[in-house]
Amino acid sequence: MPTDFRLPELGENITEADVVLVLVREGDTIAVDQPIATIETEKATVDVPSGVTGRITQIHIAAGQTVSPGAVIVTVDAAIGAEAAVSKLPAAPAAAVTATPPPLASPPAPAAEPSPPLAAPTPAPAAKPEPTEAVTVPASTPPAPAPATPAPPEGTAAAFAAPSVRTFSREIGVDIHAVQGSGPGGRIDIEDVKRHARELRATPVAGGIPPLPDFSQFGEVERQPLSRFRRTIARSTATTWSQIPLVTLFSTADSSAFEAIRRRYRDAASRAGGTLTDGVLLMKLVGAALKEFPQFNATLDLQREELILKQYVHIGLAVDTDRGLVVPVLRDVDKKTIVDLAADFRGISDRVKANALTLEEMRGASFTISSLETLGVSHFTPLVNWPEVAILGVGSNADLPSYEREELRVHKRIALSLSFDHRVIDGADGARFLRWLVNAIHEPAMLDIPEAAS
Amino acid sequence: MTVDQPLRVAVLGAGPGGYAAAFHAADLGMNVTLIDESPLPGGVCLFRGCIPSKALLHAAHLIEETREAAAWGINFAEPEIDLTALRGWKQRVVDRLTRGLGALSRQHSVRYLQGRGHFEDPNTIRVRTDGEVTDINFDYAIIATGSVPAIPAALRLNSPLVMDSTAALDLPDVPGSLLIVGGGYIGLELGSVYSALGSRVTVVEMTGGLLPGADRDLVEPLEKRLRSQFEAILLNTRVAELAEQDGRIRARLSAADIADPERDFDRVLVAVGRAPNTRNLGLEQTSIEVDSRGFIHVDHMRRTAEPTIFAIGDVAGEPMLAHKANHEGRVAAEAIAGQPAIFDPAGIPAVVFTDPELAWCGLTEGQARERGIPFEVSRFPWAASGRNITMGRTDGLTKLIIEPGTERILGIGIVGVGAGELMGEATLAIEMGTRVTDLHLTVHAHPTLAETLMEAGSLYFGHSPHYIARAPRP
Ligand SMILES: Cc1cc2nc3c(=O)[nH]c(=O)nc-3n(C[C@H](O)[C@H](O)[C@H](O)COP(=O)(O)OP(=O)(O)OC[C@H]3O[C@@H](n4cnc5c(N)ncnc54)[C@H](O)[C@@H]3O)c2cc1C
Repeated sequence: MPTDFRLPELGENITEADVVLVLVREGDTIAVDQPIATIETEKATVDVPSGVTGRITQIHIAAGQTVSPGAVIVTVDAAIGAEAAVSKLPAAPAAAVTATPPPLASPPAPAAEPSPPLAAPTPAPAAKPEPTEAVTVPASTPPAPAPATPAPPEGTAAAFAAPSVRTFSREIGVDIHAVQGSGPGGRIDIEDVKRHARELRATPVAGGIPPLPDFSQFGEVERQPLSRFRRTIARSTATTWSQIPLVTLFSTADSSAFEAIRRRYRDAASRAGGTLTDGVLLMKLVGAALKEFPQFNATLDLQREELILKQYVHIGLAVDTDRGLVVPVLRDVDKKTIVDLAADFRGISDRVKANALTLEEMRGASFTISSLETLGVSHFTPLVNWPEVAILGVGSNADLPSYEREELRVHKRIALSLSFDHRVIDGADGARFLRWLVNAIHEPAMLDIPEAAS
Repeated sequence: MTVDQPLRVAVLGAGPGGYAAAFHAADLGMNVTLIDESPLPGGVCLFRGCIPSKALLHAAHLIEETREAAAWGINFAEPEIDLTALRGWKQRVVDRLTRGLGALSRQHSVRYLQGRGHFEDPNTIRVRTDGEVTDINFDYAIIATGSVPAIPAALRLNSPLVMDSTAALDLPDVPGSLLIVGGGYIGLELGSVYSALGSRVTVVEMTGGLLPGADRDLVEPLEKRLRSQFEAILLNTRVAELAEQDGRIRARLSAADIADPERDFDRVLVAVGRAPNTRNLGLEQTSIEVDSRGFIHVDHMRRTAEPTIFAIGDVAGEPMLAHKANHEGRVAAEAIAGQPAIFDPAGIPAVVFTDPELAWCGLTEGQARERGIPFEVSRFPWAASGRNITMGRTDGLTKLIIEPGTERILGIGIVGVGAGELMGEATLAIEMGTRVTDLHLTVHAHPTLAETLMEAGSLYFGHSPHYIARAPRP
């Protein structure tokens, strides 16, 4: 059973490394975690521990050579061993077979250390954070298959799947108990396992994370199951984090002019059942900005290499609730008057409070505004709500001193933070969008004046 | 790929666990030595367990059937039993199979070593054969030393009249009366053999029911029939003492209200359980851990606390069944080869080869209740099975234990003629994650007993053509 062992991922943006020293010879028998070679990257010099057990039949690297992650460095015969190696059972038979490089692990355990008795097959030693080493496993690295045979916890029933599917799942290192079956009654088929594996790769949060330490050794802990809500947020924010090259620009706008408008339309708004807040006014201006800068109201379709420009302006409002973050969507913001928007906004807020939002009301946003204003935050770096490409963060709207014609004056100033997907929007365009918005806040003349105003 | 220095694997014990592990490991390219005291592989199962007992039960069923045939207008004279010939036939069955295993060992390139093995250290087994000593060094070892009959001290009598299952399978004679201590499957199977051959059989069981662990609704038809064949079945009764007197055995029984606690029997069979074979193996030379009952602790790969040593079969825990040992042997061999194998069957079938046979796989109703697992049951009584009636029978029951919501079949229990053979379909259904709908919509041959599985499925939806149980489900 010849098995190739490949150079593991070395860290963010590290595409190659120089081999300093090869620590094994052909014919040697190696065990999991035993160092194979010393390599030097632009960040550090490290030893590469083996992820497989067996006798080395071929070495594919030499000192002085440059290698890239994923390159085969040694080939071992897994069925062959000698006393030296078998003094310890490979902790990772799964990895030994699939030979996908595990993340660089902690220094090799002493060969004589026996595996823990009675434990279900344990994952290979976790990649312990080594403060002195610059090498880390980036969150975006596709997770290697679980380094050990996933075994159900003691006492669990076999998964709702045929034995061949369970075996396949183990072979690719997927814990079948975490797979959601799509078959009738939730039965798991091989496609479900594959889909789960793909999802794991796409969302580093869910898998591929090194095993956690046993915290009980430090003190008491309590475990809380993640709500579906939390799991969804975890997945979507992780997608953004891993997929979107994000840039954030900061600016501040003088919102004094809002005051006059608010006073003028306050009654009309309240007759329509709404409250005219700075937030509503800001939303109206953002709607106008999105018409002016359509690439902010878009989605990147990488598969077809196209930009999808939305002809509608639906703005999501990230709202903090005691259940967590919810994002109701206000539709056709560009077409509505501020009085209409104030009423819409009021309706939505009430339904958020009553936990009565429909799924429909939380879908279809083309841009999002996230406000931390009331929580005393100034600037921050909001995460784009994928598949949107930009988000506006609204911070404190407070009286701040500033010079106006060499005179120190106090103005209400809103802290604005604009995050966007750099694949779609260049920094300068981001700056233009923000400047446009700041100017509009200074002179909100273009706000639609409602017909019924009086 | 070079194949010098393949992994050296030593397998201790050549029962269904050991030989399966050895053959599979050899097929995976390892250098395998299979060690057993016996000159041929086979272990308890082939020499003194499953195989000889099933051969004798086959003969017993034939005798019982000839008696029943009178009701169908076919009269046989009482059979004349030639014990020597019967013993010889049983032996030929055993020989044929164990010689076959011997040949298979050679064909799989497994080195078979006869002798008693003992661990000297975590990498060496010392094998003693008639004074000769061979040290086997291994990279990995698999312990498959099985189990032996357990006889409580109070019943340990140095008399050939008190037998364990091994002695009983030798058929020394057909005693006029036979006391069987223990109402488990071995006691009931061997009791059926002796009863058919002509012994008056008394079964004494300490707990409140026969076959502890099996669901009561399955035991009931079996118990009913056994009561009609056996002299007595005494539940909640203990055999406190045995003594030999004038060539017979006097047993003192203890129970809440027993009329005549002292009873004499021509022979006694003690079948109260089996103990794992972990003593005198030199396990103390390793870091292997053994529990209070003597079973070796293993993980999902069947690896012991000593990383180079695995344990499978009876010695590694319940259920003590040949097919479980066999499957574990495969898992251990693959784990050693570095494959991601674990032991995780959804169900291990258990079959009691009495008449009627009683069999189950997966979750039992009792277990579901005990563990608070939500379940639904669908029962199809065999009184409505055409096939059963054609065999002159009305007893039997097929039941499905179903997961509410998903319709997944979690367990199947069957009592009836040939229930054991039906375990094939039942086990596959459980292992494949079959839903009741699937069973219900699969065409089954008519008239067969397997139809009862389909009918139990249909009945879950209230649609069985042959049995009306409750209002149909929409
Ligand atoms: C009467 C009876 C009927 C049974 N009927 C059935 C049935 O119908 N179906 C079923 O599934 N199971 C049945 N069983 C149980 C079945 O026989 C066992 O579960 C099965 O044999 C276990 O296999 P094993 O590989 O663990 O070990 P065993 O079959 O017990 O084999 C162990 C072997 O190891 C050898 N050994 C032990 N120690 C040493 C040593 N130190 N050195 C060398 N050799 C050693 C022993 O001599 C033996 O040959 C029955 C058992 C009995 C007694």
